[in-house]
Amino acid sequence: MPTLEIRDLHVSVETKEGPKPILRGVDLTIASGETHAIMGPNGSGKSTLASALAGHPKYTVTSGTATLDGEDLLEMTVDQRARAGLFLAMQYPVEVSGVSVANFLRTAKTAISGEAPKLRTWGKEVKGAMENLRMDPAFAERSVNEGFSGGEKKRHEILQMELFKPRFAILDETDSGLDVDALRIVSEGVNRAKEQTDIGILLITHYTRILRYIKPDFVHVFVDGKIAEEGGRELADRLEEEGYDKYLGANKTVSA
Amino acid sequence: MTLTTDHSRAVADGAHTHGVGGKPQGSRAERRTSFSLEDIPVPNGREEEWRFSPADRLQPLFQAELGTSGVTVQVTAAPEVKVETVARDDARLGTAGRPGDRTAVTAWNAFEQATIVTIPKEAVTSEVTSVRLEGVSQDATAAHVLVRAEQHSESVVLIDHAGSGLLSETVEIVVEDGAHLTVVSVQDWADGAVHASSHRARLGRDAKLKHVVVTFGGDVVRITPDAEFTATGGEVEMVGLYFADTDQHQEHRLFVDHAVPDCKSRVTYKGALQGSGAHTVWVGDVLIRANAENTDTYELNRNLVLSDGARADSVPNLEIETGEIAGAGHASATGRFDDEQLFYLQARGIPEVEARRLVVRGFFAELIHEIGVPSVEERLLASIEAELEKSMSVITGAPAA
Repeated sequence: MPTLEIRDLHVSVETKEGPKPILRGVDLTIASGETHAIMGPNGSGKSTLASALAGHPKYTVTSGTATLDGEDLLEMTVDQRARAGLFLAMQYPVEVSGVSVANFLRTAKTAISGEAPKLRTWGKEVKGAMENLRMDPAFAERSVNEGFSGGEKKRHEILQMELFKPRFAILDETDSGLDVDALRIVSEGVNRAKEQTDIGILLITHYTRILRYIKPDFVHVFVDGKIAEEGGRELADRLEEEGYDKYLGANKTVSA
Repeated sequence: MTLTTDHSRAVADGAHTHGVGGKPQGSRAERRTSFSLEDIPVPNGREEEWRFSPADRLQPLFQAELGTSGVTVQVTAAPEVKVETVARDDARLGTAGRPGDRTAVTAWNAFEQATIVTIPKEAVTSEVTSVRLEGVSQDATAAHVLVRAEQHSESVVLIDHAGSGLLSETVEIVVEDGAHLTVVSVQDWADGAVHASSHRARLGRDAKLKHVVVTFGGDVVRITPDAEFTATGGEVEMVGLYFADTDQHQEHRLFVDHAVPDCKSRVTYKGALQGSGAHTVWVGDVLIRANAENTDTYELNRNLVLSDGARADSVPNLEIETGEIAGAGHASATGRFDDEQLFYLQARGIPEVEARRLVVRGFFAELIHEIGVPSVEERLLASIEAELEKSMSVITGAPAA
């Protein structure tokens, strides 16, 4: 069974004062079909994990491994990782002026699957996926993320996840900034992908709210650059009641 | 009245002035213009209008004695259009304003014959008229082109520059009452070309001019389009695209003179730069004179720096001598190729080379569609692809095609 396997991962970020360690030994295994939630306070390194796995140039892996189906992710360029089946729904999707959503989706789909999608079926597929996410058809003609509201950006990210059919998707605070309606629409999209494919999901979130819509199989509490506690769904419930204070007390270095 | 300025995204280099209510030093209204060589001497490079320019490389065009044989002129005209070659004493010449800098005055004084393209009254042309200037030797040369759009005519004129040469040029554009004219000037020079061109446009009542400048080739290209409104209801849209490579200097200095009420101007210039020593300059002067009430103007310049060692200067200047205007604004921004954009596109499986292409095409896309001349648009897209091939070879290490 395909797995995304992270072993003792240490990651630093470049700062003016030199490299600053953020991840301090992350161990995590996600199998196809599983949904893992990573929860934790601000500054604990959750988003760094997402960006480092996708290959953002700002982050340097200082030790440890990350493999997708046995293949070394860390050796791959950003686009190779995506073509290997890794998808990152970004917390802050970037504007690409003058490039239409339709053109972008087709270009990316072609790159990922190695051939241009069949014009006819692709058009229908895009249209259907947009309808499911309650996106206006006119959306396809707009420039990528340009002038999108927060909710539109996140829906556009999930649209891509549904269309590109990755083997593993990392959702980096996809829920942040969404109102209840948008949260439900986005969650439905994730659940559709789970039903239709054997996707493995790493759901990064600060809040428990989204876990009412997307049920995790495993919950990991992330503190100070590594996993502090692991459990099942019940762990999320406990976090909702108790918050992160218990973990923060022992880790004075975590900043809000 | 609205007065807007968008400085939110890093303005790279260059000064930047707003003159509201008063006349800053060096007001365009006071800049000397003349047909006489004596009035506009050879610059030393420190003058306001030359401070960004490579004066040494432009020296051949500063000289009073320019030849006339270094560039050939060929016209392919629409059937409705009249084309003449006339001597310099033709009364129609020199009616669209006076030279405003040294190369403009050398061009005016040295040409022997001028090409006049006339779109007759009320004619609507069926095809594009093309004036092709081709550099055939390195003899510094003067050339003069006049485009006359008579009352209520509608037409498109393309002025094409190719080959290699040293050219000091005047393009006069007269748009009579109610005429709609599009003029496209393409600088597609080969290496070694040095080109200075003074475009001087004069608009009549309810006249519309779309003025398009496209600069890709040549070592040094310096275009100074001036537009002057002479009666109410005039409208000018000035569009520019440029792409500078290693050691190329591309300079575009515009001046829109709102001398009368109820006129509208829009300026949109976009440029990309790559390679060490690539230098672009955009200066956009807009003057709204005291009696130019209800003026509506907006100018915008954007530059996309694709690699290290390139420099973009961008200087919008807005002088307003009346408060009774409909709107006036400008925006200028110079940005580097964005690593976050690259990451976003690559994270969707798109390889780096393709991602850069998407971004640059996107940067120019909207502007290209604004040109409204399909043959020019297609050519432009092809030129952008060719420019991109060069930058891709830098990234991939493969030789340029």
